[in-house]
Amino acid sequence: MRPAVEPTVANTSRGARLRLLDPDSRAWLLRLRAGGAEQDRALAELHRLLLGAARFALSRRASQVGREGFDDLAVQAADDALVAVLGRLDDYRGDSRFTTWAWKFAFYEACVALRKRRWLGREVPVEDEAWDALGHQAGPDVSVEQAEVLAALRRAVHEVLTPHQRAVFVALALNEVPVDVLAERLGTTRGALYKTLHDARDRLRRTLADVELLPRPAGRGSRR
Amino acid sequence: MSWRKHTTTSPWLGRVLGPGRPEVGCDECFALLDRYVELELAGADAEASFAGMEAHLLGCPACAEEHDLLLEYVRGSAG
Repeated sequence: MRPAVEPTVANTSRGARLRLLDPDSRAWLLRLRAGGAEQDRALAELHRLLLGAARFALSRRASQVGREGFDDLAVQAADDALVAVLGRLDDYRGDSRFTTWAWKFAFYEACVALRKRRWLGREVPVEDEAWDALGHQAGPDVSVEQAEVLAALRRAVHEVLTPHQRAVFVALALNEVPVDVLAERLGTTRGALYKTLHDARDRLRRTLADVELLPRPAGRGSRR
Repeated sequence: MSWRKHTTTSPWLGRVLGPGRPEVGCDECFALLDRYVELELAGADAEASFAGMEAHLLGCPACAEEHDLLLEYVRGSAG
């Protein structure tokens, strides 16, 4: 008889899920849980895999990181990624190849480490500097309409945002402080800060839409 | 006055105010990123499978950077 629900990787037990994976991904999971020498070899191999991705990420940002400490940063990112991968191994559903799933942890760790290093010892710029910089980005030939939008946006930031929304918006959107850096300084998470930024942007867009300087945003808030 | 003048000619405004449409959060983006990238590389309509991912990648420079690196790396590893 045909089952009521087609078996997929997501809705099956661990054993059944293993059988649905591609052979390489299945081999990774089996070896990482094998115990003994086979597991040790798999862990070393996985670390090399993550280190390669971390080095790739840092090499793409070589002008920001410099050669000094490059290897240490890559190894630390790979170490952190390995811990994250092993800690979330049960979350791997086989929706992608295992290597793709594992690499995203390496890129996350390498990028976060790099952002924090770039901002080490730097203060978040004050707001006035950010508005001046934004005016320069708009260009010397800024139109009357764009200048009007910029002025309305600046007013709205002060009038419609809460103090916390304003601080987050100014830091992330105006001054381009990396979200991980601000999250660390404020003792919160990237997700929580981005939600605050999203709500602030939505409120600003609606305010500018009320005076017909922007279209009304599509949908209400984030999907979550 | 038409707002279209601003939204079509002001990249700085898009960068500051984001995409202006529903999007996933950073945590959901990370959870879906590997599958999303593989769909992109397969030439599938990744956004149709994961609505709100594209908007988030437009609005979040951190997630966009990690997406771009993963996409490039997986593409290179397949070659």
